[in-house]
Amino acid sequence: MLDDFMTRATLAGIGVAIAAAPLGCFVVWRRMAYFGDATAHAAILGVALSLTFQMSIFAGAMAVSLIMALTVTLLAGRGYAMDTLLGVLAHSALAFGLVAVSFLSGVRIDLMAYLFGDILAVSHADLAVIWGGAALVVALIAWRWSQLLTATLNEELAYASGFNPRREQLVLTLSLAVTVAVAIKVVGVLLIAAMLIIPAAAARSLARSPESMAVIAAVIGAVSAVAGLRAAYIFDTPAGPSIVCVAALLFACFSLLGWQSQRRAQ
Amino acid sequence: MALITVKDLSLRYGANTVLRHVNLSIEPGEIVTIVGPNGSGKTSLLRAIIGATSPLAGRITLQPGLKIGYVPQKLHIDPTLPITVERFMRLTNHVTRQDCANALETAGVPDLLKRQMSQLSGGQFQRVLLAGALINRPDILLLDEATQGLDQPGSAAFYQQIETVRRDTGCAILMISHELHVVMSASDRVICLNGHVCCEGSPAVVASAPEYRALFGTGTGGALALYRHDHDHNHDHSHDHGADSQEAAE
Repeated sequence: MLDDFMTRATLAGIGVAIAAAPLGCFVVWRRMAYFGDATAHAAILGVALSLTFQMSIFAGAMAVSLIMALTVTLLAGRGYAMDTLLGVLAHSALAFGLVAVSFLSGVRIDLMAYLFGDILAVSHADLAVIWGGAALVVALIAWRWSQLLTATLNEELAYASGFNPRREQLVLTLSLAVTVAVAIKVVGVLLIAAMLIIPAAAARSLARSPESMAVIAAVIGAVSAVAGLRAAYIFDTPAGPSIVCVAALLFACFSLLGWQSQRRAQ
Repeated sequence: MALITVKDLSLRYGANTVLRHVNLSIEPGEIVTIVGPNGSGKTSLLRAIIGATSPLAGRITLQPGLKIGYVPQKLHIDPTLPITVERFMRLTNHVTRQDCANALETAGVPDLLKRQMSQLSGGQFQRVLLAGALINRPDILLLDEATQGLDQPGSAAFYQQIETVRRDTGCAILMISHELHVVMSASDRVICLNGHVCCEGSPAVVASAPEYRALFGTGTGGALALYRHDHDHNHDHSHDHGADSQEAAE
């Protein structure tokens, strides 16, 4: 069954959706959307380095994403506003990555595959990495769920409850790096943030609790992956962007429904 | 033994030393209020007590096994985060639904259990935070300007609730307040802080201390006198105010 490339692509998409859902909720709740963007964009530099040193792209992307995320965390609150800092880092990381890739004269690389993903070329090994990474992210976040939520609400409340919110932030940072690394193949570095934010935002109007929001986001992400791939197959469109388009349409539908029911309630 | 003993505490925040050689202790069951101008290190002191910042010098000793309830200054819940009052209260505590209901009752807001946090009024929100802090039956409550954003009747009602809580549960209370008139009526002891402890004692003693007057006297001298005047007499106002704010909260 896994020999069919469409089956593998679908499973890869669902895997990424499941990892991105709970993490995406925190990205939305903590207003870290740009943070996700910066981390994802830095991954292209990781891809270039991996190709240079002939190591696993997954490892390279994850290492650079992690360094990026830690740098942002370290620099936060030291002189520049967060969005300025992230704007500088996100786009310079992307630019440096693109320049670095151009130095790789000996290697022929398809840049588009890393910028927008190449989900139809997902191999058995890729699938294992994607599901392994997704399982790791879900396990990490599930393990620290209550602490992460408390730290998201209020730092002092976290300290008063006896744990360090900075350490919880590190859990999110690590999860983000892993998610970016596994999602490169599926949606590419430019659209990873979309997979984080759009399903979570779409789930908001349907959810009554933090947990249900994460679960609904996973379902919306998975539906987007399946329907997006189907659409890409039918209309012969690029797969990664098609998945994001479906997610965006779902977001629009649910938001409209949410507004409607709110107005009716008033 | 004192619940909290702060000995010769100095604290640095960035390049600034915000606290210098602070000494204080909190005894079981007393209500202590810290007053001081902006930037005087009030919040830093509270953060140091809960372990959010490590001191530059000095020591903070907590009674062994001390249970702290903390009510933050302001808790911003992003509108994208759906969470009910019950879920919020059970977030860091292993408690039953009945415990939550009881704590809400104590905090003066029963029946909010199933409501979304984002739909609460300012007064209700602060009381839910209070309930969340009370749920583990703390030995001491720490309140960091817990009435910020409430109007005067609202905060008066809130502090009345605090006194009720102390009476009913016997827990000590250490709070930061800007509202001098509240300080004058509700505290057993006032600590006037401005980087160091300027003066401390009963509200009446502190109010007449020259250090306190130097900080709050000029300009607010008249207003302060008015506040004291307000509470020396008994106009039976507080009762009405409490009722008003309850209505406003509905």
